[in-house]
Amino acid sequence: MSSNEHTNHQISYGTYVIVWLTLIGLTVLTVAIAGVNFGGIALILAMAIAAIKSTFVISYFMHIKYDQKIFLVFIITALGSLAAIFFLTTFDVFFR
Amino acid sequence: MGKSEFTFSHDNYLNNNTGKSNLMSWLTTTDHKRIGLMYLYGMIFFFGLAMLIGVVMKLEMLTPGKTLIDAQTYNAFFTLHGMIMIFLFIIPGIPAVLGNFIMPIQIGAKDVIFPRLNLMSWYFYIFGGIFAIASLFLSGGPIDTGWTFYVPYSIRTNTNVILPLLGAFIIGFSGILTGINFVTTIHRLRAKGMTFFRLPLFVWAIYATAWIQIIATPVVGITIVLVIVERLFSIGIFDPALGGDPLLFQHLFWIYSHPAVYIMILPAMGIVSEIIPTFAKRTIFGYKMIAYSSLAIAFIGYFVWAHHMFNSGISDLSRMIFSLITFLVAIPSGIKVFNWVATLYKGSIVFKTPLFYVAMFIFLFSIGGLTGMITSSLATDVHISDTYFLVAHFHYTMFGGVAIIMIAGLHYWLPKMYGRMYNEKLAMWSGAIIFVGFNLMYFTMFILGYQGMPRRFWSYLPQYQTLHIVSVVGMVIFVMGMIVMAYNLIRGARKGPIAPANPWGGVTLEWRIPSPPPTLNFDKDPVVTREVYDFTNPDDYGLPKIEERGINE
Repeated sequence: MSSNEHTNHQISYGTYVIVWLTLIGLTVLTVAIAGVNFGGIALILAMAIAAIKSTFVISYFMHIKYDQKIFLVFIITALGSLAAIFFLTTFDVFFR
Repeated sequence: MGKSEFTFSHDNYLNNNTGKSNLMSWLTTTDHKRIGLMYLYGMIFFFGLAMLIGVVMKLEMLTPGKTLIDAQTYNAFFTLHGMIMIFLFIIPGIPAVLGNFIMPIQIGAKDVIFPRLNLMSWYFYIFGGIFAIASLFLSGGPIDTGWTFYVPYSIRTNTNVILPLLGAFIIGFSGILTGINFVTTIHRLRAKGMTFFRLPLFVWAIYATAWIQIIATPVVGITIVLVIVERLFSIGIFDPALGGDPLLFQHLFWIYSHPAVYIMILPAMGIVSEIIPTFAKRTIFGYKMIAYSSLAIAFIGYFVWAHHMFNSGISDLSRMIFSLITFLVAIPSGIKVFNWVATLYKGSIVFKTPLFYVAMFIFLFSIGGLTGMITSSLATDVHISDTYFLVAHFHYTMFGGVAIIMIAGLHYWLPKMYGRMYNEKLAMWSGAIIFVGFNLMYFTMFILGYQGMPRRFWSYLPQYQTLHIVSVVGMVIFVMGMIVMAYNLIRGARKGPIAPANPWGGVTLEWRIPSPPPTLNFDKDPVVTREVYDFTNPDDYGLPKIEERGINE
């Protein structure tokens, strides 16, 4: 059978706490900018912050940062497909 | 399946060594081979039911006006026929049955990586099927929306919509879990030396398919939940009367359901890539290109969904872009077909039933593919949209493509699965009858559709009757062929002569173990040191020699 290597990388509690606090900070930022009139880019800003938060969760809490690169490839494949689907849908939504 | 029916001396997966009753040993099994067979039996039931519904629908079309059933029953029947065939037969079909049974053996594994999850997937499949069919027997009547559940009708009809939708949702989970299981198994459980480019092409196809199952299926799950929420709470997501967008539903539905077409066809193409080298007795032409073309089809298949919406009112720019991308699918599909034909060229061809079905597939699928060019061209699509032309095109690709190859696969691997042989002569004759009946039934529909016969109509103008009668005659011939084929396979599996371990002279790993396979597949872990379709050195897996009595020798 092929080798089933697993990197048992220990992440310190301190790192987890810093990530947690960062996530809370970004949540506060999301709520704060919702009160400011950014017009058409408000949604893009909110989605961008959400994407940054997801990256932290995937990297640290789901250990992707420390695990084998193949998992990162899987995630990028899935997210890339989603992005392409959004992109292609815009040809209908914005030009209908 | 009674233990006494099998007379094989070696330990094999069909023997019940669990101490449980025979039925319980099957219902609680985690053996990938047994689970594959349980899927097969479930699918035979669902396929038989949907085919019966299809027969009644065809008979209804013998005369204009009412022949057998009324309009509402016809609406329910074409919905259930589509739902059962799509969600319970043709999408899970090859991956769940042959993928489960053959793939782990082909990579040299003892089982899939998550055997219990595999069993759970089967239970999800069965419960989903029960949910889908239960609407037939409840007040309100069976769902009548068509298998595509288009809004706003699916939100407003008073028939039982939610139950079958939940059924499709549960079956979707079964597919996702199977996909995760297969991807992980192929990455983690390959035999020593089995690199990705030494994988049999069926495994490549299952791998590409599993990825589509994982990435695309959740989209339809979410869409189903949104339709249920819209029906129950009238939120205004899809219903234009409440400010919703019905085209959003169509986008979401086809973002899953078009890749689902490739969940159906890719494993079939994988089986073709197994059968052709075995019966041409030579290595496959363009191995890497066939492997990559599976991934390319899976990839491009994600981005063509809106060709189902050319006449729904989407933007012109969108129509042009999706038409262009749709044509691109022809490139990897063409790579496969030309490589298969090149493999047969100057091969030492042994023309047995599995290869006969493959030849049928290339003919029928080419017609399905070429008529796909007509449907993917914006101008011609306007003329044939929502006509019998579409019905014919769809059945040429789905039955002529997928189901024909599923039958080919069952003939090819039946000796391995049950250790017994079917009657070759009867298999050839039934295949020929199916071929004649199929073409008579569906080619007629191309003409009907071109002349303007709309699909999903219970009645029609008298000018179409002659062609409808020809199509019904084709259906009768086709069903007779299917019955003879099924009888031959079932009889072969139960009472056929004992098959040798490698009746066709195949060189992949499943042909290097006894038939039926031992419970754990391999007594000794195989070691792979050669290319996969190397006919010059077929025994070099480091496995004990098994008896060879080739039927075609």
